[in-house]
Amino acid sequence: MTTGAAPVAETSRPAPWVSRLAGTASLLRLAGRRDRMLVPSSVLGLVVLAVGSAQATLALYPTDAAASQGLGALLANPSVVALYGPLPSPTADALAVVKTVMMGAFLTAVLGFVVVRRHTRTEEDEGRFELLGSGVVGRWAPLVAAVALASAAVLAAGVLSGLGLAALGMDPTGSAAFAIAWLTAGLATVGVSAVVVQLASTSRGAAGLGFGFLAAAFAVRAAADSAASGTWTHALGWVSPLGWAGRVEPYGADRLWVLGMGLATLVGGVAAGVALLDRRDLGAGLLPVRVGPRRAAPALRGPLSLVVRLARGTVIGWGVGMVLGGVLIGSLLGAVADMGRDPAVRDLLEKLGGTTGAFEDVYVAAEVHVVGAAVAGMGVALVLRLVSAERTGLGELVLAAPTARARWFGAHVILPVVLSAGLMAVLGLAIGLVGPTVAPAAPGVGACVGACLAVLPAVWVVVGVATLLAGARPRLAPFAWGVLLVTFLVSEVGPLIDLPTWLLDLSPFTHPSSLPAGSFEVLPAVVLTAVAAALVALGVLAYRRRDAA
Amino acid sequence: MSVNDAITVTGLRKSFGRTAALDGLDLTVRAGEVHGFLGPNGAGKSTTLRILLGLLRPDAGRVTVLGRDPWRDATELHRHLAYVPGDVVLWPTLSGGETIDLLGRLRGGIDEGRRRDLVERFELDETKKGKAYSKGNRQKVALVAALASEAPLLVLDEPTAGLDPLMEEVFQRELSALRAAGRTTLLSSHILSEVERACDRVSIVRSGRVVDTGSLDDLRHLTRTRVHAVLRRPPTAAEASAWAGVHEVVLDGDALSCAVDAEHLGDLVAALGRRGVTGLTCRPPTLEELFLARYQSVGPARAVAEQPA
Repeated sequence: MTTGAAPVAETSRPAPWVSRLAGTASLLRLAGRRDRMLVPSSVLGLVVLAVGSAQATLALYPTDAAASQGLGALLANPSVVALYGPLPSPTADALAVVKTVMMGAFLTAVLGFVVVRRHTRTEEDEGRFELLGSGVVGRWAPLVAAVALASAAVLAAGVLSGLGLAALGMDPTGSAAFAIAWLTAGLATVGVSAVVVQLASTSRGAAGLGFGFLAAAFAVRAAADSAASGTWTHALGWVSPLGWAGRVEPYGADRLWVLGMGLATLVGGVAAGVALLDRRDLGAGLLPVRVGPRRAAPALRGPLSLVVRLARGTVIGWGVGMVLGGVLIGSLLGAVADMGRDPAVRDLLEKLGGTTGAFEDVYVAAEVHVVGAAVAGMGVALVLRLVSAERTGLGELVLAAPTARARWFGAHVILPVVLSAGLMAVLGLAIGLVGPTVAPAAPGVGACVGACLAVLPAVWVVVGVATLLAGARPRLAPFAWGVLLVTFLVSEVGPLIDLPTWLLDLSPFTHPSSLPAGSFEVLPAVVLTAVAAALVALGVLAYRRRDAA
Repeated sequence: MSVNDAITVTGLRKSFGRTAALDGLDLTVRAGEVHGFLGPNGAGKSTTLRILLGLLRPDAGRVTVLGRDPWRDATELHRHLAYVPGDVVLWPTLSGGETIDLLGRLRGGIDEGRRRDLVERFELDETKKGKAYSKGNRQKVALVAALASEAPLLVLDEPTAGLDPLMEEVFQRELSALRAAGRTTLLSSHILSEVERACDRVSIVRSGRVVDTGSLDDLRHLTRTRVHAVLRRPPTAAEASAWAGVHEVVLDGDALSCAVDAEHLGDLVAALGRRGVTGLTCRPPTLEELFLARYQSVGPARAVAEQPA
């Protein structure tokens, strides 16, 4: 150094942005290396979902005329509009992607959030950033690298799907619009994730905020899309990134400019994220860590009470979510009933052999089916906590005490089994209480609770798969997520694209009775429950024989 | 197996995939002793302890802890055992106090008086959440939970890693109290001064085998004593090196430094006496020297054997 000592003030000035980005390229390579399975397989799955279901639908309805018949059947089911958004145009192309636009936009958004969180808050939470941060790594570098990887994943999923659709001979502008629908939702969520991971001080907390945001975004657009065009509620769809995806309306209005909203959210989110980064300590969130009680509550005394105590946030969050979701589904029944009174729709339904009287029932059944899959996801997450406790060494603390392995393992199964039942009951209660206040023919409390509980055996089968994997092959346990995703997609999209029956039968979600629309069948419920019990039993047996640390 | 042995292990083997972590390990811990379990990183200490706890299943060998097979009777065994893992992880959302209570209750109860004393002695803030503790404080939480138990056997895996010297002193006193109370402790460590101070007997493990076991005195008998003498009529270096059992001779004017095999110490002292001793210090080998000697003597051969083919 030829200059004298730098003035003290020099050190408190923020580093130039170039130095705050130092190491970004290396971190991006590291993140890409760690995700070399996760990102390509997710992207591939999304592309297959879009292109595969479009191809199958086009094979079934090759012409616009044929499509409008299938379209009629779809339009007649109001749950489709709430779940998947409106149909942009009565063409074969639009029908070919009607389910995958929204479902894919949602999954792309999930992928974006998961990748950002994995490489930011999770790394920080587990202390690995400290190791990296002591190297020549700028303060912004981890976030920017994570955002870059997540954006690249979203971009690949959207662009490849759009290209694939165009390659099927579908309208090129519409295919570009399809890509833009996914990109808008995905990139906007990446931007929101950049902020979310600064707010919570734990990886799990960030997951709660992120998935909470996505659930809220979905609920808002479901409400908005169910409302008549031009109303205030319908306009509300413009505040939700998932609403933007729907309003691109591929193969219809083709609003390509909506991508601008996604890009603006991405840039704004990253700017806010780095601004928050500059203001907080490593490892800290916006809320300081609170102190806890000096002594444990008397109830905290065994494996089950420990597992329940650790899941307190999950239980409360999902309980609140179920009440809100039930209220939303119930309140939409008014719009559903209006649609059912439309003579044209009634006429169409009768032609198709539908049951006009059970209009509200069909809607409730479809919604409950989707919420059931989400609850199964919560169950998988709770079972996988056993595996993460094992990896971090927390399980060792419990197992070194006189705790039978089966009890420790069982606690991680009992909680999701019981909690899923409780949550579904709460959902049914909320729908049943709210629905009849807006639609006289809506199913009551008993019918709604019954409908929600009828899905449980399928939820338990998924929990059972996670249990078996956690017990026998803990390193493969995350594959339970894949099983959940594939079986759910098969049950949702499969009938539309005429998948073979044996394939549909493999998904637990195709078997439970569709209540309150149909009648309750005992056999599938008993068989599914027995399968779930067998999976759990095998998991416990395997766990007792393997190393547990 | 004697009824006085708390732990007996013979021919223990355990592999993870292709890596052999334990390669025929033998270990005996007598009831009531503090037994040091020494070895460098990756020697197989933690794997052994996890097998003793029944968390891992041995591939081969016999393991008996307090008269039980730890894999089969893990739950029953754990009623009589307290454990501090090497890398203490706490539940991020539970406070230290909650964790101590939970671990105590899982073991079937906690001595309230001892719990209070230990929290005070280790100066532990019980209200912090697991996430907020430093490594040393996490260690203290696990130590308080283990030491407050009534378990007759304590298994401690590098329990002082992360403790400051003051807290290490507190730990040493607790260890002495355990021995006085007739409880058995298996103390895995690579901090040799700690083991030297606290342990009755030690076992040195290397590459998944115990290469030496016994009391420190026993081990010292197998090793050379350092001798430093100032002489009126010093020998030449060559002369001194020719004396039976004398090694590493350094002559600096009239001062002679060397190492001598234990059985030839008497001969050396006699030889020095004939040359007019004006100053003499004899230092038994430190544990560190014992340790290094065990490693160097078996080192090169095994290092070659470990080379991939």
